[in-house]
Amino acid sequence: MRKSLVVLALAGVLAMTTALTPAFAQARTDVKIGLVLEPPSLDPTAEAAAAVDEVVYANVFEGLARFAADGSIVPALAKSWDISEDGLTYTFHLVEGAKFHDGTDFNADDVKFSLDRINAEGSLNAQKALYASIASVEVVDPATVKLTLKQPDGNLIYNLAWGDAVMVAPESADNNKISPIGTGPFVFKDRVEGDHITLEKNGAYWGTPVALEGATFRFIADPTAAFAALQAGDVDSFPNFPAPETVAQFQNDPRFRVVVGATQGETVLSMNNGKAPLDNVKVREAIAHAIDRQAIIDGAMFGYGTPIGTFMSPASPDYVDLTAQSNYDPEKSKALLAEAGMTDLTLSLKLPPVEGYARRGGEIIANQLAAVGIKTEVTNLEWAQWLGEVFTDKNYDLTIVSHTEPNDIGIFARDGYYFQYNNAAFNQIIADLAVTADPTKRSELLKAAQQNLADNYAVGFLFELAKVGVENAKLKGMWENAPTQATDLTGVSWEQ
Amino acid sequence: MPSFLIGRLTSLALSLVAASIVIFLIIEVVPGDPAQFMLGLNATPEAAETLRKALGLDGPLLDRYFTWVLGLLRGDFGISYTYKVPVAQLIGDRIWISLPLALYALALSTLIAFPVGILAAVRRNSATDVSIMGAAQLGVAVPNFWFAMLLVLLFSITLRWFNAGGFAGWQDPLLAMKSLTLPAIALALPQASILARVMRSSLLDTLGEDYIRSARAKGLSRWQTLWRHALRNALIPVLTIIGLQFSFLLAGAIIIENVFFLPGLGRLVFQGITSRDLIVVKSVVMLLVFAVIVVTFVIDVTYALVDPRLRRATR
Repeated sequence: MRKSLVVLALAGVLAMTTALTPAFAQARTDVKIGLVLEPPSLDPTAEAAAAVDEVVYANVFEGLARFAADGSIVPALAKSWDISEDGLTYTFHLVEGAKFHDGTDFNADDVKFSLDRINAEGSLNAQKALYASIASVEVVDPATVKLTLKQPDGNLIYNLAWGDAVMVAPESADNNKISPIGTGPFVFKDRVEGDHITLEKNGAYWGTPVALEGATFRFIADPTAAFAALQAGDVDSFPNFPAPETVAQFQNDPRFRVVVGATQGETVLSMNNGKAPLDNVKVREAIAHAIDRQAIIDGAMFGYGTPIGTFMSPASPDYVDLTAQSNYDPEKSKALLAEAGMTDLTLSLKLPPVEGYARRGGEIIANQLAAVGIKTEVTNLEWAQWLGEVFTDKNYDLTIVSHTEPNDIGIFARDGYYFQYNNAAFNQIIADLAVTADPTKRSELLKAAQQNLADNYAVGFLFELAKVGVENAKLKGMWENAPTQATDLTGVSWEQ
Repeated sequence: MPSFLIGRLTSLALSLVAASIVIFLIIEVVPGDPAQFMLGLNATPEAAETLRKALGLDGPLLDRYFTWVLGLLRGDFGISYTYKVPVAQLIGDRIWISLPLALYALALSTLIAFPVGILAAVRRNSATDVSIMGAAQLGVAVPNFWFAMLLVLLFSITLRWFNAGGFAGWQDPLLAMKSLTLPAIALALPQASILARVMRSSLLDTLGEDYIRSARAKGLSRWQTLWRHALRNALIPVLTIIGLQFSFLLAGAIIIENVFFLPGLGRLVFQGITSRDLIVVKSVVMLLVFAVIVVTFVIDVTYALVDPRLRRATR
C-alpha cells in the first residue's frame, strides 16, 4: 500500500513539473557550449589537437586571414593583401587599432614574430610543413608586412587562415598554453581542467563587437551525459553531438534544433599501399568494390554522411563525384581477386577508438569483405597505440580514419605518410599545385588529383563525415558546416 | 609497541618503494609515444623529436626513475604533458571534488546502512528483515552508472531540480554540495547495501555470544544490551569495510564521474591514460597507492591499540 502511494506521488510530481516547464523568454547574453574533447593546452600554434581551435579559434585568437562560415577565406587582422606577379612576394596591410588582450598594440612586428616563430628551429608547430615556403618576413612599416617566398605557393593565404598561424605577441606567446592572449573579440577568463573554460567579451575589440557577454565551454565526453546535459539545459549547444542515436528525440522537441552540416572529414578505409598484397592495385580495386557505402552510413552513422569516391569534400567547388568508379559490386570484386590470384586472403584491420565510423563501421566492413572472401583480423586500438603502430610504424593492412583537416588531398604525396601511396604522377600534380596561383588551373589540378586517387584505388573512399549538432532553438548564428574545426561565436546571439 | 611500530613502518616504506618501481615500469611499457600523440597526424618527425626532448623522455631508464622519485619526495610531481600545468596543481584541484564526494557518499551510505542493518538483525527473519535484505540484494545488483542515469532522468531532465552534471565550484559551498548530491547518492546506494548486509550478519554473530546472554541475565533490556555490548563488538568488521570503501570511493568513482562529467581524480587518471599524459598517471596512481598504504597502516596501528593480542602476535 505504502509503495503504491509513493509511486502515485511520484507520477503526480512528474506530471506537474512536465506541465509547468517554464517557457523562458528573456534574451540571454551568455552561451554554454558542450564539447566532447577537451583542449590539452590553449595555444593553437603549439598543439595539434582540434579541440584547441574549437575553443579559441576566431574567439580568442585571430590570424591574418580566417575561415568564414561558408568555408571561404576572408580578411581578418590583415584587411587586404597584394600578391606580386611572380607569386613570390605577398604584402599584407594590417587593420588599425587592434590590441592584444594584455593591452599591447598589434602591429607588423607581431606578424613577423608569429610567422618566424612557426619556422624557427625547435618549433613545436604541428602544421609547420604548411608554412615552409616562407623565406623571410619583413616589416615595412607598423601596418605593412612583406612575405618573400622560396617558391610560389598557391595555398599560402588558405594556410594562413588555419589556427596554427594565428597572431601572438612576443610578450605573451610563451604563456598562451595556460593563459591565451590574442586579439579576438573574446578574452580568456578562467579554466577548470577537466570541466570548463570561460570566455568574456573583449570590450576593447578592434572590429565588430560581439553580441554575447560571455561563453562557457563544458567538456562532456560521455554520450549519455551529453544527452542529459542538453535536456537539462546545462548546455545550450552541442555543435558535434556524440549521441546520434538520440537525435530523433531532439528533432521532435520544439525546444531544440538539430543542425546537420558538412565537415572536411573524408572518412576512408586506409590501405597500406607499400606492403603486399595491397601494393597490388587489383586487390585494392577488389576491396573498393566489396564496400557498400550506404550500408556503412546507415549502420554506423545513423544515416548521417555523404558517400565520396575520392579524397575531397563534396561541399568543395572542386569536388568530382567519382563514387561510380568504386561502386558496390561484390561479383566484380571476387573476379578481381581471382584475377590477382588471391585466395584465402587475410588482412589486418586496426581500428582507432571512434565508436561510430571506426568501431561500428569496422564491423560492417569486416562483414562486407568476408562476403567476397577476404578475412580480416580486427584489432581495436587506442589513439596513442594507433599513432604508433599504424601511423608511424605502418604496421597495418587496413584501418578506418576520418581525415578532418581542410583541403588535405596533398597528404597522399607526402613522403613516408602512412598510406605509402608513392605515386609519381600524383606527386607531380601536387608539386604543380603548390606553385600555381591561378584559380582555374588550380581547380583543374585538384580534379586531376582526385581522378588519380580514384583510378588507383589509393584507399577505400567511404563518406564525408556529417556534422550533427543539437542546439537550443532560440540560439542563432552557430556555424552549420565545419569548414575548419572551430566554434566561432562571433555571430552568435539569442532570439529576443 | 616500539618494535611493532618499527616493523610496520619498514613494511610501509618497502611497499611504497615496490609500488613506485612497478608503476614506473608499467608506464614504461605502455605502447604509444606521448609526443607523437600530442602533435597529431601532420607533425614532422623533427617536431616530435624536439617535443620528446622537451618532455624529458629521452634519458636512460634509471635516470628518469630517480628524477621522478626524488621529485615526488620533494613534492614536485612534474608538469602535465597535456595541460602544461604542474601535476600537483591538477591533483590539488581535483582532490577537492573527489575527497568531498567520497566522504559525502560514505556518510550517506553509513547513515542508511547502520539503522537498516541493525533493524534487520534485531527483527531477524521478520517481514522487515526479508524486505530489507531483498532491497539490499537489489542495491548490490543494480549497476551504479545505470542508477545514476535514472537519477539524472528523474531529477535533472524531468524535475529539473539538479544539474545533469558538472561541478559548480566551492565559491558557493551549497551549490557545490548540490552538484555532488546525485553522484553521492549513486555511489552510496551499492555501498550502503553491502554495509547493511555486513552490519546485519556481524550483529547477528555477536548477538549469539555468551556475554550477550549474561548481559540479558544481569537484567539489561534488549536495547541496552544491543547498544552497550553487541553493537560495539559488531562494529569491527563494519569499520574494516568502511575503510576499504573509502579507498574505493576516492579513486574508483571514474564511471560515476563520467556520467556526471565531474572533474575528479578518477577521470584525471582515465584521461591521462588515453592521452598518454603519463606523468599525470604515474604521479596520481602513486599518490593513491600512498593514501591506501597509509590508511592501512593507521588501521593496523589502531587495531593494535584496541586489541593487545595483535601487538603480541607480530612480535
